Amino acid sequence: MSDPALESLYREVILDHYKNPRGHGVIEDADAEAEGQNPLCGDEVSVYVAFGEDGETIDDVKFSGRGCAISQAATSMLMEMTRGRTAQQVAELDKEELLAEIGVPLTPVRLKCAMLGLTTLKVALHKAKGTPLPEGLAGFDDLELT
Amino acid sequence: MAVTAHAKLDARALRRDFPIFEQEVHGKPLAYLDSANSSQKPRQVLDAVDRFYETSYANVHRAGHLLGERATSALEHARVRVGELLNAPDAREVIFVRNATEGINLVAYSWGLNNLGPGDAVVVTELEHHSNFVPWQYIARRQGAEFLMLTIDENGDPDLSELEAVARDHTVKVVATNLVSNSLGTIHDLAPLVSWAHEQGAIFVCDAAQAAPHMKVDVRAIGADFVAISGHKMCGPSGIGALWGRGELLRAMEPFLLGGHMINSVRVDKTTWGELPHKFEAGTSPIAEAVGLGAAVDYLEAVGLDAIEAHEHELAAYALGRLAEVPGITLYGPPAERRAGVVSFNLGDIHPHDVAQILDLQGVAIRAGHHCCQPLMQKLGVAATNRASFYLYTLPEEIDQLVDGLHAVRKVFA
Repeated sequence: MSDPALESLYREVILDHYKNPRGHGVIEDADAEAEGQNPLCGDEVSVYVAFGEDGETIDDVKFSGRGCAISQAATSMLMEMTRGRTAQQVAELDKEELLAEIGVPLTPVRLKCAMLGLTTLKVALHKAKGTPLPEGLAGFDDLELT
Repeated sequence: MAVTAHAKLDARALRRDFPIFEQEVHGKPLAYLDSANSSQKPRQVLDAVDRFYETSYANVHRAGHLLGERATSALEHARVRVGELLNAPDAREVIFVRNATEGINLVAYSWGLNNLGPGDAVVVTELEHHSNFVPWQYIARRQGAEFLMLTIDENGDPDLSELEAVARDHTVKVVATNLVSNSLGTIHDLAPLVSWAHEQGAIFVCDAAQAAPHMKVDVRAIGADFVAISGHKMCGPSGIGALWGRGELLRAMEPFLLGGHMINSVRVDKTTWGELPHKFEAGTSPIAEAVGLGAAVDYLEAVGLDAIEAHEHELAAYALGRLAEVPGITLYGPPAERRAGVVSFNLGDIHPHDVAQILDLQGVAIRAGHHCCQPLMQKLGVAATNRASFYLYTLPEEIDQLVDGLHAVRKVFA
């Protein structure tokens, strides 16, 4: 890779998370789960959460699905970031924290890829615990057309 | 007009008509391979719009002053030009809409709400753009009608052997298909479906958004009842398209959008509708955009639609050959001679978003995604594809730049 822009976007840590995703898989009988799609590109992510004995702390979190390197790497990083936090803490998790972890500037289109996992996780926690939905998604459940 | 008709077009010369190519992107020459998404605009169209605003702009059809007359005459001239392009029997059957999507919605609502009911069926194909799929799915469901989808083969051709069972079990009222697929590039032979539709007593609705830029679309030869096109894909401005419909059907239909201009008289107890095309053009039209579309028709006819079609076949054949050299590539769709300038592909299991972004950094613009064809993506078993598409200004070296870019993508993900 000689192109600096290319080198920066697909830096080693992103490709590493993409090729070796952390927390990839399914939790059977998860305490919380949700599916998310990016309608622009067809990326799909499902997240699964198991809470610890207090019923609030995330004991295990996994994801499955398919998508581009940015969406999969960002979700993989998110799994590492959120294990051990409470549902409320994750609901309040600022997207900037995840973006800092990703560490490369993203175009608006790619930003949606990067946020897919976090949005889906927040929706899962909302469904299980009633924690706040991410910005712009209030009333999300009512939008189901089928 | 700077261009003249040639059997074979000179893309290099035509390219100079398009100011957008006078720039580099990311420090590289721009290889714009996303024309099926939207085409670039020649100077002749941009100038026509500017000139109209600078010399003739006013609202149409209701201003008695000179500018109002000029604007009305410019708008109506554009309508005549679009009618001539489509070989419409009467220019009054050409309705200006925002795009093909709006044209199809117009038919789905205005015709569908009054002619579809329980027991009726609407038939589309697996290869439809969402614009010719979702409106029908929605209106059919609202009316309690069936919504049926013909499956397609790997070339994108619908399986006509399904028709017999469809006809036996359903009262088919609408058959809606594209003429050229935006995702696979397949050019369809619509004749068998059109005659089958008419045997069923159904209307045939043709989405020609991807066809009109690339080949002669003749509404009489197709035998369709409605044909929709989008200006932005054929060198015209965005925000303008056209729906052609058979006069007797349009006259019998209820309006779609209601308001100013589309009426004959308005009383508190009763409003009557205007004549064609006004009945379907409520409110102030995109006037300058329509003038621009008329100029785009002039431009395309001067270049020659036959020459454009031949140029695209050549590029499609060249691209299929060059892309096949890239290890791990999967190419979708029919052989070159059966497709417009559209090539969809995947590169191993590298997500199209990543492919497109790395290509962008090499100056190559392609579309990555589902191309508003999610049923097709399900058929192909992928979430998305990459799509390179070509137009009259596309050069073979842009395809070379794409192939070089794909090698760079492979290196990143090696």
